[in-house]
Amino acid sequence: MTAPLDRDAIATRLAETGYVPDRDLSVALALMQRLSRPLLLEGEAGVGKTEIAKALAAIHDTRLIRLQCWEGLDRAAALYEWNYQRQLLAIKAREGHDAKVVEAEIFSETYLLERPLLAAIRQEKPPVLLIDEIDRADEEFEAFLLELLSDFQVSIPELGTVQATSVPHVILTSNATRELSDALRRRCLYHYVDYPEPDREARILLARLPGIDAALATQIARFIAKVRREDLAKVPGVAESLDFAASLVGLTDLREDPDAVRDALIALLKTREDRARLAPEVVARLVEGSA
Amino acid sequence: MSPAAAQPETDVAAAIRGRLAGFVRTLRMNGFPVGLAESRDALAILAAADLSRPSALMPALRTLFATRPADWERFPEIYKAYWSARRTGMRVATSGASRKGGLDIRSWPGPDPRPGQEGAPDRVTRAEDEDHAAESEDEAGSRRAGGSRIESLAHTDFRHLNDPAEIEAAHALAERLARRMRARLARRERVARRGRRLDLRRTLARAVERGGEPLDLVRRRPRRKPLKLVILLDASGSMSVYSATFVRFMHGVLAGFARADAFVFHTRLIQVSQALRERDPVRAAERFALLAQGFGGGTRIGGALETFNRAYASRTLTSRTAVMIVSDGYDTGEPEILAREMARLRRRARRVIWLNPMLGWRDYAPAARGMRAALPHVDLFAPAHDLASLAALEPELARL
Repeated sequence: MTAPLDRDAIATRLAETGYVPDRDLSVALALMQRLSRPLLLEGEAGVGKTEIAKALAAIHDTRLIRLQCWEGLDRAAALYEWNYQRQLLAIKAREGHDAKVVEAEIFSETYLLERPLLAAIRQEKPPVLLIDEIDRADEEFEAFLLELLSDFQVSIPELGTVQATSVPHVILTSNATRELSDALRRRCLYHYVDYPEPDREARILLARLPGIDAALATQIARFIAKVRREDLAKVPGVAESLDFAASLVGLTDLREDPDAVRDALIALLKTREDRARLAPEVVARLVEGSA
Repeated sequence: MSPAAAQPETDVAAAIRGRLAGFVRTLRMNGFPVGLAESRDALAILAAADLSRPSALMPALRTLFATRPADWERFPEIYKAYWSARRTGMRVATSGASRKGGLDIRSWPGPDPRPGQEGAPDRVTRAEDEDHAAESEDEAGSRRAGGSRIESLAHTDFRHLNDPAEIEAAHALAERLARRMRARLARRERVARRGRRLDLRRTLARAVERGGEPLDLVRRRPRRKPLKLVILLDASGSMSVYSATFVRFMHGVLAGFARADAFVFHTRLIQVSQALRERDPVRAAERFALLAQGFGGGTRIGGALETFNRAYASRTLTSRTAVMIVSDGYDTGEPEILAREMARLRRRARRVIWLNPMLGWRDYAPAARGMRAALPHVDLFAPAHDLASLAALEPELARL
């Protein structure tokens, strides 16, 4: 493992890569390296959990290996699989050869298909392993993952045990669609990712949208914070606020052009009911309150 | 705030260890699942922390000790109260302390063989929980404080819940239980989802063993339609002590689960699926209460079922639908109508489950005319008067 960075170093490096860190997130990331434990990130969709894994990979200058979880995800899709087609071709091509030799050959590295988890433990340099939306995977898979994350070794019947070349930095994310097991929760460090505070969101807008006016960014961030407090079916995430702000670049004050703000709402609100809830007079009031 | 600052310099390490042990106890009292591994890591954090600048200590310990959103939320308050308190080991009472964090339905005991449970059908038993075995010894210890409370709550008849905090805890548990059941049912659904076609991957894998000849064809089992749940809740006066809990239970089942529908009936039948899809449980209950207003008179179960069969059945029922009726069976309508409509319902649904809170009462016999009329058309007749009886339903739902 590379030398662990301390909290301040992480905060600085994150900022350099264009990620604006939450005050306590750099502490969690520092701890994750010190204790070599996975980090479980929970929070609403759109708060930027996946971005954190990307930023972590950037500051360590290492690969990001992502396992997207889904209902029905199994070991074959997550860990490894044999390349059956190639094995069959090899068998046909060597017909008449000694069966034992052929067998030894077809169950070798050449015919092994790496899936994200196997790939992650076979890297020279510890990668960031992002296990995205673990709550979508089944409970059996969660249990299997727990085993892998404590031992960092995998047993492949035909090849033997594969020991981790290097231990990856593991980040798990969850949108809480399913209750995760206590065992998994306790194996991990935990960080709840909230929507950014207005001043952090303003800094995110400034970092990602070079052309934006600083005062406008602050105003937009405050406006979005107010929008999030409205009774919405789908609360806008950071990606939505970036889209929203991008379509308003060029303004210096939201009050300048109410029509533009209304048009830009299409980037912020994704359901018909939410559009109906934010009637023009509501928007005008929120804009006024953000100035 | 620094744990070392208040201590003499002579034996800082021992003093820190003592303070930390007290903090761990405080966390456990507040329902945090803190084990030995966490305590050890906390010591490592303290040893490495720059104690002249302790601002990172709270976030570090929070990341270590909190495991779920509710605990994450409460941690700073508990931390502040403990580390700035003069005495160690004091109990920190926070607003949510005895609520979500400390109670975990997974630590429920099995069915209680008390006399009050005598009327329960034998086949209804508590759901086995795989996670339970995985819990370590010290975790069980951390829950000991809340254990008796959970036990009593699980087996307290809903009508005997008086304390608002207990009612809220029971509601929250019903909701969490429903969410867990939903997750498991969804998983079973996935396991059953196999195409009619050849499983190419497995067939090829077998062919490798057979020297390249695809001798063993692996087929996928016929596709089964996904499971669906329809809940019909009696919201009449006689059910009022139970309906609030069931509303939360229904909310837990419905939230984010596309293949479920919910109705309430009294003298009329009203579809409440949309109201219950509201994310916030309290708001959902409010919307539900608004919808259920304006009823009057007695309960017409037969009439409500007739409305359901006529207006909703064709759209909501499939051959893989379980219908769950929650009612005490006191029908002011004609029993013949109820029997006829139950028979119609039974023909269209895969399974009809009748939950009767009174079935959990001692000496209860389903003597009400309505209940007697309905019983021949019910696949499962089960009690639903406390949280344990709700938990026992899961395997029954899974048998669809």
